[in-house]
Amino acid sequence: MSLWNRHKVFEKNSIILIAGILAVIAVGGLVEITPLFYLKSTIEAVDGVRPYTPLELAGRNIYVREGCYLCHSQMIRPLRDEVERYGHYSLAAESMYDHPFQWGSKRTGPDLARVGGKYSDEWHVTHLINPRAIVPQSVMPGYPSLVNTEVDLTDMVAHLRTNRLIGVPYTEDQIKNAVADLKTQLDPDSANVESFQKRYPKAAVRNFDGRAGNPTELDALVAYLQMLGTLIDFKLYDEKANLR
Amino acid sequence: MSVFAVSAYVFFFAGAMGHDSAFTFHALLASAASLAAAGVILNRYYERPAQLPPAQINGRPNYNLGPIKFASVLAMFWGIAGFSIGLLIASQLAWPALNFDLPWTSFGRLRPLHTSAVIFAFGGNVLIATSFYVVQKTCRTRLAGDLAPWFVVVGYNFFIVIAGTGYLFGVTQSKEYAEPEWYADLWLTIVWITYLMVFLATLLKRKEPHIFVANWFYLAFIVTIAVLHLGNNPALPVSVFGSKSYIAWGGVQDAMFQWWYGHNAVGFFLTAGFLAIMYYFIPKRAERPVYSYRLSIIHFWALIFLYIWAGPHHLHYTALPDWTQTLGMTFSIMLWMPSWGGMINGLMTLSGAWDKLRTDPVLRMLVVSVAFYGMATFEGPTMAIKVVNSLSHYTDWTVGHVHSGALGWVGFVSFGALYCLIPWLWNRQLYSLKLVNWHFWIATIGIVLYISAMWVSGILQGLMWRAYTSLGFLEYSFIESVEAMHPFYIIRAAGGALFLIGALIMAANLWMTVNAQEVDQIQDARALQVAE
Repeated sequence: MSLWNRHKVFEKNSIILIAGILAVIAVGGLVEITPLFYLKSTIEAVDGVRPYTPLELAGRNIYVREGCYLCHSQMIRPLRDEVERYGHYSLAAESMYDHPFQWGSKRTGPDLARVGGKYSDEWHVTHLINPRAIVPQSVMPGYPSLVNTEVDLTDMVAHLRTNRLIGVPYTEDQIKNAVADLKTQLDPDSANVESFQKRYPKAAVRNFDGRAGNPTELDALVAYLQMLGTLIDFKLYDEKANLR
Repeated sequence: MSVFAVSAYVFFFAGAMGHDSAFTFHALLASAASLAAAGVILNRYYERPAQLPPAQINGRPNYNLGPIKFASVLAMFWGIAGFSIGLLIASQLAWPALNFDLPWTSFGRLRPLHTSAVIFAFGGNVLIATSFYVVQKTCRTRLAGDLAPWFVVVGYNFFIVIAGTGYLFGVTQSKEYAEPEWYADLWLTIVWITYLMVFLATLLKRKEPHIFVANWFYLAFIVTIAVLHLGNNPALPVSVFGSKSYIAWGGVQDAMFQWWYGHNAVGFFLTAGFLAIMYYFIPKRAERPVYSYRLSIIHFWALIFLYIWAGPHHLHYTALPDWTQTLGMTFSIMLWMPSWGGMINGLMTLSGAWDKLRTDPVLRMLVVSVAFYGMATFEGPTMAIKVVNSLSHYTDWTVGHVHSGALGWVGFVSFGALYCLIPWLWNRQLYSLKLVNWHFWIATIGIVLYISAMWVSGILQGLMWRAYTSLGFLEYSFIESVEAMHPFYIIRAAGGALFLIGALIMAANLWMTVNAQEVDQIQDARALQVAE
């Protein structure tokens, strides 16, 4: 009985009530979130993972803009059928430079975490312009306007610098060359390819949309899709190293 | 006022400097809105002597109803807009030609428009309207502040406009239910803190010794949403004159923050806030006291404590550490208890008044909403169990679950509250109970079609993805599962259409209600007739 009476202190004083609410809701969040910033399994560094090239980052921003995450996940769960359908289960390290994360929560279309290299550039170009030209049963919207929209290059340096401020380890060299690197990645004949690939090891260099002219959004998006899940060489990855 | 005048100028400048057209458009919109606000305040100042409206008239509190009327009308408007966009995107999944291959009509941009319109625009306006009403009535005092309540309702709806038009332009953070970009988030923070201040100040000057239980839930909803919003949204803009920003959190941490936010947007926006509605409007409409006061105390504290932990069940089997997932699952299952405690408290309030369910369709709507709440909060913990989740996650089952809560619980309890509130606010009699009855049945059939279609399609999808042939190969390609969804997507769209039709009937009914004679005048007329 006395316990019920003691509750009156909350019922009669709005400031104590609000303090009580804040205390009660703080617990769960603190316990679940804080450790993620220092646990090894969530901040593990894996060989091969690198920040996005400027072109891939531009592509990723289109992926974000168009809300692709609403129908495509980028998170392969360690279940037999998923690993067989999509490839090795996703590691925390693979999205460590993702601001924001794009794991998604719905698969109206298939998972894209390892879509890179699965199809040709031409496949992606045709499919993005008109999905039903390749997959007749598809319900995906077409994105023909990507073909003619050029990538906005004016802010590219600022994009990389902003990423560095929130923890993505872009070097000064990478930031300075952002615009040049974006163009170089589309031009295998460029003299800068070598220095570009020194800055972004194993990044693919080719004309992704197969069309002449300035870098388009289609170039950027295909470049992003083609690198998804390709950074880590799973023949070399030691999953036991991460066991607690 | 001068603040608005200055900001009009600043936003105009920002618009001129804008790096992208969406940002320029929003800055100019903000400039125009500031100018309009300054004008309205100036006009109000000239029309009325510089003194506050009386707190009491003839010894009775002079309740401030203007902002509540504004928010409840907009709730109805946004509701219909949000349901219509829902119907459109449901149809897009059945007939992809409806995307028209234009950037601003594609599913990816319209889906956040739908979710924000129904959750934040419709639900938010219902919550603001009812909370301002309930806090005044149960504290027996006028709403605190003179301009502040208007700032909250107008400012909040301005946020909705900025967020919604932004999605069409592709301005998004792509964090589910937290899509608005940094400048919209900043604006919402200012509005929300003002909302908290108005609510708290009204509680502080209450004339009743106790704070009524509905107000605990409203307060928890307002405070927690503020905390969640600030925790999930810290972002660094690429340029202060551009819309694009990068979120401070990355990868796993961002995922955890997102679903800590996302699940508690459900827990506090769509549950705690609407439970407050349940605790005021059901007892009021049934003319019975809340079933058990002690149960409401337990319900309140257990609910807000447990809900916060449940977020990781959105991340089962992902790269999030296993222990976090298990914690999330465990607390989700425990959450079942306070949820059903609350449901029992709401339903049993009808003790001795069950017969009213036959005669009063508004009360029936409120009670059925609580029943849907019970169903959704049983289904939720089930889906949070890891083995079940391995099947249900990524499928339409989740979509169906959300809609049994959103249409059945949030939708119906809001409709019930508006059917009560609008006649009270305008001092009118509800135009037609028969139309409410039609609304109830059409919408209920719509919900049943919607959720059963999604159960079947979701489970079918999950089973097809994991099906193996006798030789040990995956039996179905992905596209075969997409093809199998087609009939269910049509049924779902039909269910959504029925729900929308119900809401249109409601809007017509409320329109007729507001345009009818005042209740006092009707009574006067009757009295006259008798006298003659």
